[in-house]
Amino acid sequence: MSDWESASTARVLPPARPRKLAKVPFVELADGRLQGVVSSGSDIERVYVSSIAAGSYEFACSTNNNRPCGGARGSFCNHIHALITESVLQYGVDRVARYLRVEGTDLDAPALHSLMLASRPSQADSAAAAQVFSRFLRHLAYVELPPTTSPLPELQWFPPTRSVV
Amino acid sequence: MRADLLSDPLDGVGEALAAVAALDQALTTGLLRPQPAQAAGLAALADAVSASPLGSKVAEAADKAAAGAAGEEHFLFLAAARIALFGSVHDALVARVDQATGRTRQEWTVPPADPGQAENLVLAARSWLADVARAGWQGIDHDLVSGAEPVISALLPHPRLRRLAALLDGFAAELAASCPGSALDRIPARRWGDLWSRALLLTVPGATDAPTSTVSGRLLPLGVDLHEHATAAQAQVHAVLEPVGGTPFLVRASVSAPKPDTIIGAGIWQVLRPHMSLLTAVSEGRSVELTDMPITAEGDLLWQDEHARLGEPADPFVTARVVLPTASTPPTAPLDRHPVRIAVPVFLEGYAAEQTEDVLTFAIGGSPVGVDTDRVPAGPLTPEAVAGSNACIGLLRWDAGAFRVQPLAVETTARKKTVALHAGAWAGGAVDKVGVKAEKAATDAATVLRERAGRLLRK
Repeated sequence: MSDWESASTARVLPPARPRKLAKVPFVELADGRLQGVVSSGSDIERVYVSSIAAGSYEFACSTNNNRPCGGARGSFCNHIHALITESVLQYGVDRVARYLRVEGTDLDAPALHSLMLASRPSQADSAAAAQVFSRFLRHLAYVELPPTTSPLPELQWFPPTRSVV
Repeated sequence: MRADLLSDPLDGVGEALAAVAALDQALTTGLLRPQPAQAAGLAALADAVSASPLGSKVAEAADKAAAGAAGEEHFLFLAAARIALFGSVHDALVARVDQATGRTRQEWTVPPADPGQAENLVLAARSWLADVARAGWQGIDHDLVSGAEPVISALLPHPRLRRLAALLDGFAAELAASCPGSALDRIPARRWGDLWSRALLLTVPGATDAPTSTVSGRLLPLGVDLHEHATAAQAQVHAVLEPVGGTPFLVRASVSAPKPDTIIGAGIWQVLRPHMSLLTAVSEGRSVELTDMPITAEGDLLWQDEHARLGEPADPFVTARVVLPTASTPPTAPLDRHPVRIAVPVFLEGYAAEQTEDVLTFAIGGSPVGVDTDRVPAGPLTPEAVAGSNACIGLLRWDAGAFRVQPLAVETTARKKTVALHAGAWAGGAVDKVGVKAEKAATDAATVLRERAGRLLRK
C-alpha cells in the first residue's frame, strides 16, 4: 500500500482556486454537467441558469423565470462562455476537461469552448434549469448557516491548503 | 523533546492496522455480494477484537456481512471494531508522545453517556452509509452519492448535529468527485474507511454528548490550527490555561462554520472571526482572562465571548519556553481516540533543518522528524520561513506510519534580529500587504454571495 492509500489525511480533492464571483456566482461539476448561474448584466433581479452536459456537450441556458436565453439559439451564448471561463479558474482546466470528456493537449478555456462547439452540440430543453437553480440556492444557504464553538473533531481529517483568495 | 523515541517501532500497531486494512479491502469492493477474500478480511477484523467487549457482536456482524446479508446494525458493529482498533493505536502513540515530551496525561473519568433515542435525521444518514458499504468504493455512482444531499441539508442547520453534518458533507463531496468508482485507478481506502466508520459512529445516540464544567484563569495562546473542506472550516486555537489556584494544562478553543466552496483563504477567517474574540487575541499576541468559561473533560473550551476579556500581551514563544513544559494534558474522550486526533503542542529549538526535494525534516538531537509545511494555511508563515527557522512551536501529529511536526509558528533571524512568524497571523485580521489584498478579495466574494442570497433566497 502506498503512503497515500494508507494516509487518513490523504488529499482527494485539489484545493479550490480563488476567482471573482460578480459575474458568475456559482459554478459546479455535478449531475453529469458543467452547470452554474450567471448574473444578468442589465437586470439585477435576473440570473441565467446555464449548463453543458459531459460527453455530448448538449447545452442549455434560460433565466431563473424559465425564459429561454436569446443568445443560446443553436450555439453557445455569452453566459455559457462565461461559465466555461470561470469553471476553469475555479477547478483548473484539467479537471473541467476530464469531467466534460474533452480531449486535447495544451487546453485552456477558449480551446475547451471551441473543441466543444466543433462537435456541433445540440440544444437541450430547459428541464435541468430548475434543479441547477435549486442547487444554487442550496449553495447560497451555506452563507447563513450558524457557526458553532463546539469542537468538530472530525474536521481533523480535513487539513488546510495554502491557497490564497 | 526526545525525538529519538518517535521513530522507534510500536508493538502491536502493525497488527492492528493490518486488521483495519482487511476491512478496508472489503469496503473497496463492497459488501453486496462478498467474495471469499472479503469474507476472510471480515473474519480477520472480528478476530482482532474477539477478546474485547465488542467481540461477539462483531463476529456476528462479520458473518452476516460475509454472507451479503448485513443490516445497518451489523455495519455499525464493523465500524465500531475499526474504531476500537484505531483507539488502541491511538493509545500506543500518545503513550510514546508523553514519553517524548515528558508531559503527564490526565485520566478519563467521565462515565459513558446514557444513550437516548436516535433521531430520524440521523437514521437517514445511517441508511445512506449502509448503502455506500454495500456498493463499495469501486461501486459508487452519482445516484448513490447524491442520496446524501437531502440528509446533509437537513442536518446542517442544527448545531448539535454539526459533527455528523460537516463530516458527511466533506465525505460525500470526495465521493461525488470520484464517481464512477469503477474508473478509479487508486482509492484512498484508509481515509474513506475512517470517514465512513466515524460517520456511522456519530449516528449512535449519545456518541457526541460531552459533559461540561467551567474554568477561570489566564489563557496563553500558542497558535492556531485550521481545518477545511470545500464547505466547512474550523479554527482551533491551542493554548495553555493557568487556572486560578491550579497547575497549567493544555486546552483548545474552536470555532467552525459551514461555508460556500468559493469562500477560501482569508475569507475563512472573515467567516470565523466574528464568533470568537480569541482569534483577535491570537493575532495581537495577547493573553485572555477567562471567567467561568465552559470546558469539556477533553480540554475543549466551549467559547463564549462574554466569559473572556482581552488580557496583557503574551508572546507565544515565551509561553512555549516557560509554561508549556509545566502543563499537563487532558485525556481524550474514548470515542475520539484516533491517531488523526493527535495534535500535541511541542516547542522545538536547536534543530538542523534539512530540505531534500520537497521533504523538510528537523534533526532534533540527531533524530530526524518530518515537517508538514503543507498543513500551514495561507499567511506569512511560508515553507521557506520554516526551513530557515531557529525555533518552532508546532503540533506533533501521526499519519501513514510516521510522526510529523505541523508548524504553528517559527522564529527566524532577519538582519541579526529574531522575527516570529505565525500560521494564524491572519486570524484576527491581516495587516501585511499580501494579507490586506487577500482580505479585500475575500470581502468582495462574500459581498456578492450575501447580495445574491438576500435577493434570491427568500422568494
